[in-house]
Amino acid sequence: MNIAVCIKQTPDTTTRVKVGPGGTGIDEAGINYIINPYDEFAIEEALQLTEKNGGEVTLLSMGPASIEKTIREGLAMGAHKAIRLNVDKTPDDPTVTAKALAETLKNGQYDLIFFGKQAVDDDHGQMASLVGELLDLPTVTVVLELHVDGGSATAKREVEGGLETIRFSLPAVVSAQRNLNEPRYRSLKGIMQAKKKTIEVVEPALAEAHLVVEKLTPPPAKGEGKIFRNGAQDAAEVVRLLREEAKVI
Amino acid sequence: MSTVLAVADIRNGEHRSVNFEVFSAAAKLAGEMGLSVTAVFIGNGLESLTGAAGEYGIANVVVVEDPALDKFSADTFAAAIAEVAKAKGAAVVLMGATATARDVLPRAAMRLDTALAQDTIAMRADGAKVVFTRPMYAGKLLGEVSIKSMPAMATIRSKAFKAEHSPVGATVEKVAVSLPTPRVKIEELALENTGTLDVTEADIIVSGGRGLKGPENWGILEDLAKTLGAATGCSRPVSDEGWRPHDEHIGQTGKVVSPTLYIAVGISGAIQHIAGMSSSKFIVAVNKDEEAPIFKASDYGIVGDLFEVIPALNEEIKKIKGND
Repeated sequence: MNIAVCIKQTPDTTTRVKVGPGGTGIDEAGINYIINPYDEFAIEEALQLTEKNGGEVTLLSMGPASIEKTIREGLAMGAHKAIRLNVDKTPDDPTVTAKALAETLKNGQYDLIFFGKQAVDDDHGQMASLVGELLDLPTVTVVLELHVDGGSATAKREVEGGLETIRFSLPAVVSAQRNLNEPRYRSLKGIMQAKKKTIEVVEPALAEAHLVVEKLTPPPAKGEGKIFRNGAQDAAEVVRLLREEAKVI
Repeated sequence: MSTVLAVADIRNGEHRSVNFEVFSAAAKLAGEMGLSVTAVFIGNGLESLTGAAGEYGIANVVVVEDPALDKFSADTFAAAIAEVAKAKGAAVVLMGATATARDVLPRAAMRLDTALAQDTIAMRADGAKVVFTRPMYAGKLLGEVSIKSMPAMATIRSKAFKAEHSPVGATVEKVAVSLPTPRVKIEELALENTGTLDVTEADIIVSGGRGLKGPENWGILEDLAKTLGAATGCSRPVSDEGWRPHDEHIGQTGKVVSPTLYIAVGISGAIQHIAGMSSSKFIVAVNKDEEAPIFKASDYGIVGDLFEVIPALNEEIKKIKGND
């Protein structure tokens, strides 16, 4: 099987992010970058499929040369090679990224194209659906379980209050939800091998942006909260305030 | 006249609760922009459901009925939304940020060669432009985004907008569209019939962390949730340990929620958890450690043993509910 996994470098989820100069991006100083956590489930699923069925896993990621460090983290998990779509900055508009990815993916003859269900930086959660539409492929998002059987597959996806079971043919686009699998740790051997793996660099044509980030702001700060220190003895007072002051119960 | 489209999400023949919030938000935005507002219903057997649009201030209703829409498919529903948006010259398309909409609207956006702002919590007209506010970095920052192409599309977060009852007389128009063959087949939709409320749709959430010490202790939270008509949530370590199902996990890599009241019990308040619940309107924390970061995010904090505090809260709430 020939599998592509589209990944994104994001700040570590434990990072406190601040608005950067210019007011439309974040302050990159001191940020520890990782592979978007959902993308690790996508990579793991692709690796398990090629281990079972043979074939190769190609990582795709869009960004400047500095993201190659993160791409190599994915190669260290066991992906075979990578393609970096060279841009100075990852586009704010997911449709711009989707169009560039779709153009590159068209050249690859992939049986499956994986994404994480959303990137934990801009939280758009739409890249798989956009690329699936552009490539006119069966697309199944937020997948918790995937079974591939020859040229077709069955997936379970999460909806509010339940699961949908979906059958589709390959090639197809799938986005991974947390708990799809247990992403493997990078072994020392994997890390050493990753250094020698190829990251091909392509120069994408960028479409005009439709979505523009005009401003980033920190969320409004909470006022000083009321602290009650007498445990259960304060329960009656807290309940009274919840009703009379906060008016929420 | 161009219009603001409010797309209804119908599940099992019923409105999702966010639909009414979408109708109100669309009517308000259309008023600000001097545009008409149109509710869109897609599927079959919708007659009894379209009246809700008029109840929430929308005078124009479009119904797309087709045998091919009997069963939900993201492909056909996306095509139907795109076709209606084109036919009506939509300036804006809004839908609740349900699992369905998050999957369907990006596809519709691509079909219309425009863009989509997901999970918005506020919007305002700025001349002919709409500025959407949406949490980014799981709410650690708020982004204001605009969409230059037409229509500007957005999903709106459940509970972030108010459903305002404002009845108007509505006219219903049936629109026929040409639909593609779905690319995938939904074999089964198995809803877990636990009778519990999904955390993203709940007005009140009672959420537990490692302080509960084990899954066997969840009874006190469930009792409190029952008294309040609340959903139960949990922190990531709790779902990682398998104490609770992962669809209850609230946080940056779980569900992001904005209920009216969020009660955090035995949750210390890791930054990823705060990110998932800080947009709640009112937050109460119960923790034995006064230094726990959760208290900084809270409106009320009770320092104490949760195994005593939670049953006491439950009893007090039962008392006042009993007096209602």
